[in-house]
Amino acid sequence: MTSPSQERKPIALSYHPASAPDFVPVPLLRKLQFDRVRAIVAHATERVELFRQRMQSRKLAPDDIRTLDDVARLPFTTKADLRDTYPFGLFATPLRDVVRVHASSGTTGKPIVVAYTKQDVDVWTSVMVRSLAACGVHEGDIVQNAYGYGLFTGGLGAHYGAEGIGAAVIPISGGNTDRQIMVLKDFGATAICCTPTYFLHLIDRAAQLGVDLKSLPLRVGVFGAEPWTDSMRRHIESATNIQAFDIYGLSEIIGPGVAIECPCHDGLHIFEDHFYPEIIDPETGRVLPDGQEGELVLTTLSKWAMPMIRYRTRDITALVSGACACGRSLRRMRRIGRRSDDMLIIRGVNVYPSQIEAVLLEVEGTLPHYQIILTREHGLDQIEVQVEVTAQVFSDRVGAMEALAERLAETLERVLGIRIRITLVEPQTIQRSEGKAKRVIDKRGQT
Amino acid sequence: MKIQQLSIFAENKPGHIAAPCRLLAENGVDIRALSVADTQHFGILRIIVSDPIRATQVLEAAGYVVKPTEVLAVEVEDRPGGLARILSAFERTTINIEYMYAFPFGHGERAVLIFRFDDPDGAVHALQAAGINVLAKNELLTR
Repeated sequence: MTSPSQERKPIALSYHPASAPDFVPVPLLRKLQFDRVRAIVAHATERVELFRQRMQSRKLAPDDIRTLDDVARLPFTTKADLRDTYPFGLFATPLRDVVRVHASSGTTGKPIVVAYTKQDVDVWTSVMVRSLAACGVHEGDIVQNAYGYGLFTGGLGAHYGAEGIGAAVIPISGGNTDRQIMVLKDFGATAICCTPTYFLHLIDRAAQLGVDLKSLPLRVGVFGAEPWTDSMRRHIESATNIQAFDIYGLSEIIGPGVAIECPCHDGLHIFEDHFYPEIIDPETGRVLPDGQEGELVLTTLSKWAMPMIRYRTRDITALVSGACACGRSLRRMRRIGRRSDDMLIIRGVNVYPSQIEAVLLEVEGTLPHYQIILTREHGLDQIEVQVEVTAQVFSDRVGAMEALAERLAETLERVLGIRIRITLVEPQTIQRSEGKAKRVIDKRGQT
Repeated sequence: MKIQQLSIFAENKPGHIAAPCRLLAENGVDIRALSVADTQHFGILRIIVSDPIRATQVLEAAGYVVKPTEVLAVEVEDRPGGLARILSAFERTTINIEYMYAFPFGHGERAVLIFRFDDPDGAVHALQAAGINVLAKNELLTR
């Protein structure tokens, strides 16, 4: 006998008119991609010095692209290229045609800067409108936008999309969780956009304040800007009445709105009419067939201020080519589980933060706030995971708390093959993400 | 018979016990009994307060994780053999004492023992069968 709560609810499919381009017949879509890729490569070759040099050194001209498969012959662009040409070196239009710039948070060194023409902003708005439409947001919804407004693309990206679809936007931005909860309640938001870890924090805080999120009209959550898991989705959906959607995007490409889950929650549909995806082997750079896991590479097909040709996202995923039950012709990518550059090498062992997260979730039942701290003692790498004590796991008995720490350490050792020091810390002591969570503190360079 | 004890997780660092105590004081909550269990890295502050509901509210609002537990308070004569007599009540039972702590009561002739049992109801029976007085909440709080 299965309990009703364990069964996946039947998928209710309804379509918003804004979603029409998601259903373009595949042959037409490929033709559109081909025409657009040729135009954007010609534009980049003409206007971007770095790209022109790379084309020349490969003896390539835009006309050499005769089929979509020829995209694989084009040079890659990396984050380092954006840093090396900081701030405006990859702009492909004069500044007077640029109506907006954004920049990354720049956790390592200089930020990277991206630019948009008026037309680029319209494209971005259109893919955000289609993203929200796929999540079931429509005219009359009240969207609480808790992505940070500012240089980060999340805030304004979601804002334009929500306004574009005709919803009422609450531009509350990130942070001030108590006020977020008050506004959720008092304004009756029906949809929320924020990072998934911030929403987990909001759930915790609402419970502390005695606010029952299930009693609110909130029914859609659009979560992105960092990788998250299906178990986080189950946690979010059991604590609220919302359906949680994964949205994917990155500033270098456009911001949020590169790909979105549909109500089938079986991968994210890439807005292929604007972004051309490839999966490559991150070691060799070779293109891999659909279905195989590798690094996602994206080419912008209709961004004029700053076209990105074969941008290496560092995100590890696979393309799914089979038809989705929702009927969209857009190919899907699997949810991002890890990044090729977030791998930690500790005493020669490869460790992904997502593995540690999975263990915390498995042992504790819910995901606590945590931080991974790497140090070097006597020339040896040390890894410590600080884990906040939650109400679910806290016990008045010392033995029970020590057993919890030991169970975490043992499970991590079993999964990763190395011993990790677990430190239980007080609640609310690990810095909260109001944008993306900072999960790893690497102090090995300093010791 | 059973009394509510609140436990608070605290890191083993200077000031980490003082902060919640100060918070309770500012909110007019009186701490009647207290014990700290500590390990190298963390401690668990256990308190019995005049108003557990209010205490839980203010502590949780400040972000602390608070765990309520049922404990028993037993009055004991402050002289040799006082504690031994109480513990003998459990000799032929399977009831475990998870931990216990004591504090003086009244004007020094008596003490109160706080017990955390794995089976508080069974412990009440065992103590009463041995003729030992288990303090009610108001006896402990309105001395």
